[in-house]
Amino acid sequence: MKSAIIVFPGTNRERDMAVALQQASGKAPHMVWHRDTDIPDVDLIVVPGGFSYGDYLRAGAIAAHSPVLRSLKEKADKGIPVMGVCNGFQVLTETGLLPGVLMRNAGLKFICRNVGLKVETSQSLFTGGYEDGQVLSIPVAHHDGNYFADEKTLDEIEQNGQVAFRYVDENGAMNAAGNPNGSARNIAGVFNKEKTVLGFMPHPENAIDSAVGGTDGRGLFDGLVRALS
Amino acid sequence: MKATVHVTLKNGVLDPQGKAIEHALGALGFAGVDQVRQGKFLELKLDETDKEKARAQVTAMCEKLLANTVIENYTVEIEG
Repeated sequence: MKSAIIVFPGTNRERDMAVALQQASGKAPHMVWHRDTDIPDVDLIVVPGGFSYGDYLRAGAIAAHSPVLRSLKEKADKGIPVMGVCNGFQVLTETGLLPGVLMRNAGLKFICRNVGLKVETSQSLFTGGYEDGQVLSIPVAHHDGNYFADEKTLDEIEQNGQVAFRYVDENGAMNAAGNPNGSARNIAGVFNKEKTVLGFMPHPENAIDSAVGGTDGRGLFDGLVRALS
Repeated sequence: MKATVHVTLKNGVLDPQGKAIEHALGALGFAGVDQVRQGKFLELKLDETDKEKARAQVTAMCEKLLANTVIENYTVEIEG
């Protein structure tokens, strides 16, 4: 699996993502700077976490209109898989590739801890390394992760099977206690309609080593390699 | 020509920052304050001299970048 990681000024998780992709695929990803207008031919494009352009205006808003994003959108429209993590999720919603928006956390605080994450479906390029309904422990680190869309959009994405991950409590139950940031219907990650684009807030790239933070994130990268190699 | 843009959260979209400001005002002794909503105010200086063209230009800017219309409304005023 060949991959590319998009890097903006203010991105800070690109190296963690590169380590995770390399560990799973054996290949170092291409790092693509925001001013570049071409993304190499790869099997997967990743928009990593951080604070692109300092989160000015709205998280992800400026990055969504950067030169490299035009190229990303063209590739996404052709069906090249795209994954946005944390700030990358915010960028992909701002481009309109994914439905909804990420608002300020309901509790107003930056949250940095492990959360319970339920895999809604294993039937995708991204989640094939997990079982349906599997509950993972994955870190989050964000200030703007409060997923919002109007009720009609939420109903639509549920009906289309576009919910990828939900926040759950330590018993795997979907409730307010397990919802760290106020996200609508505990949604932590969504696909586009075709399930070729995925965005989510938690950081599986920081859960790939038993020495630091556990290994629950590995399934995502291993699943991607199986699907895309 | 000068344009001013107000970006506000749509009705029904929760505004935890507005709520926190409301509580802080209450704590400072300002009673009777309800439903504080936080928004953004932007000023733009434009080369355009035609008022209607300027309005169309700024409206396009709002749709494309200045507001996220999933959660935000905007109003545009043109002066001068």
